[in-house]
Amino acid sequence: MRMLQALADAFAMIGALDRDVLSIVGLSLRVSLAAVALGCLVGLPAGALLAIARFPGRDAVVAALNALMGLPPVVVGLVIYLLLSRSGILGPLGLLFTPAAMILAQTVLVTPLIAALARGILEDSERELGEQLRSLRLSPWHRARTLLFDARFSLVVAVLAAFGRAVSEVGAVLVVGGNIAGSTRTMTTAISLETQKGDLPLALALGLVLMTLVLAVNLAAGLVRGHAMRAYG
Amino acid sequence: MSALLPIVIEALAFRPCGAAVIDGLSATIATPGITAIVGPNGAGKSVTLRLLDGLLVPDGGSIRFGTRQAADVRRAMVFQRPALIRASVHDNVALALAAEGLARREAAARVGAALERVGLARRSREAARRLSGGEQQRLALARALVTEPELILLDEPTANLDPGATDVIEGIVAGLAQAGVKVILVSHNLGQVARLAGDVLVLAGGRAVEHGPARSVLTSPRTPEARAYLNGELPWTRFAAAS
Ligand SMILES: Nc1ncnc2c1ncn2[C@@H]1O[C@H](COP(=O)(O)OP(=O)(O)OP(=O)(O)O)[C@@H](O)[C@H]1O
Ligand SMILES: [Mg+2]
Repeated sequence: MRMLQALADAFAMIGALDRDVLSIVGLSLRVSLAAVALGCLVGLPAGALLAIARFPGRDAVVAALNALMGLPPVVVGLVIYLLLSRSGILGPLGLLFTPAAMILAQTVLVTPLIAALARGILEDSERELGEQLRSLRLSPWHRARTLLFDARFSLVVAVLAAFGRAVSEVGAVLVVGGNIAGSTRTMTTAISLETQKGDLPLALALGLVLMTLVLAVNLAAGLVRGHAMRAYG
Repeated sequence: MSALLPIVIEALAFRPCGAAVIDGLSATIATPGITAIVGPNGAGKSVTLRLLDGLLVPDGGSIRFGTRQAADVRRAMVFQRPALIRASVHDNVALALAAEGLARREAAARVGAALERVGLARRSREAARRLSGGEQQRLALARALVTEPELILLDEPTANLDPGATDVIEGIVAGLAQAGVKVILVSHNLGQVARLAGDVLVLAGGRAVEHGPARSVLTSPRTPEARAYLNGELPWTRFAAAS
């Protein structure tokens, strides 16, 4: 009975565009989208260059990168915390317990993920196109860009995986953000706090939004990718 | 500009994993026009073209292009299987010009002209990978032409083409040779070799077993390897009947 009431309240909050819910969802999206954008900026070119480069020790680099995909968020949070804390080398920036710190932590979390997934996808493109692109005497950087362009529809999946990981992780944002109401409280940190406090309607409302968001983004991306693949072969 | 010819291939060797794929290949290609490379499957024809293109680095021997530095020879290769990017027909050809830093207008005009030559001008906005196999091969040829190479390497460029399209491609290739482009053509179509080539190089087991004027190689091969290959081919029997 209590459960049903909580669920009903949760829907009511979402329906009424509750201000707490909106600001928490807004911050979550801002942090995770920024982290994924930064992660793409670094991870996509890195993955592409790794896909076309041949150098001694490459296998080790690839293995290390793949291992970094599984970085534990809490540990990433801890390391960023140490760097940003008053005695850390980035301490003077005063970023600890701000959204910027959360963006930094999530960027560290998703960049290897994006680079590693992109590397795998682009290596397939490279097998198909690499020789042709070299025969056209394109520079390595140009070849990397061409592969990124060619695989753009498949890369959407890598980017979404990164977004899914960022928006649903708790550990990193909790440690560096501190879960401060109105400033660094995200959907995941709020859900765990409100559940402990017993404020089930808010926790459920945020949980519903988070789930819907992740499912909808993945669904939309799948549709876009399928359509584009059919159009371009 | 100094001479591209003769192309001197000397004791060329390529052993990717120990076993030799190209095994002491020597040949001197001295005549302009079209040189055909023929030989059984796995003889090393495609690998030889890749070595000529500079895509593969030989493990022994050398290739010299007249008095020129290999790096300065403007080469283009059309692969046995065309590799196209997920973009329009136009953009696939434009990719070949990317390294040249042309103005957008000029690049577009040159792409248009190249597509016109292979009969794909009207299709330029379509997705390249949606073209039929033969159309894709014509597109690959257009992409090679657009850079105005002085040496063009063609790996079975008409393998997937219908007779009409084959005629078109053969016409283009003959025209290129007339215009002074050196063409090296790998083909299993001996009728085509007879129609186009000035000289024929027969490969078997990674070596040159015979090289001479097309007519004499095709009609009276001197080595048993060349004879075996030429006799086993249907188009050749047709050629003999026709002449
Ligand atoms: N990079 C490579 N590494 C190892 N082996 C190779 C490599 N490239 C080609 N080979 C081998 O070299 C041999 C010759 O290959 P190539 O593609 O040149 O044959 P081909 O004469 O073009 O035959 P086809 O008429 O079937 O096209 C084949 O047995 C192939 O497996
Ligand atoms: Mg071949």
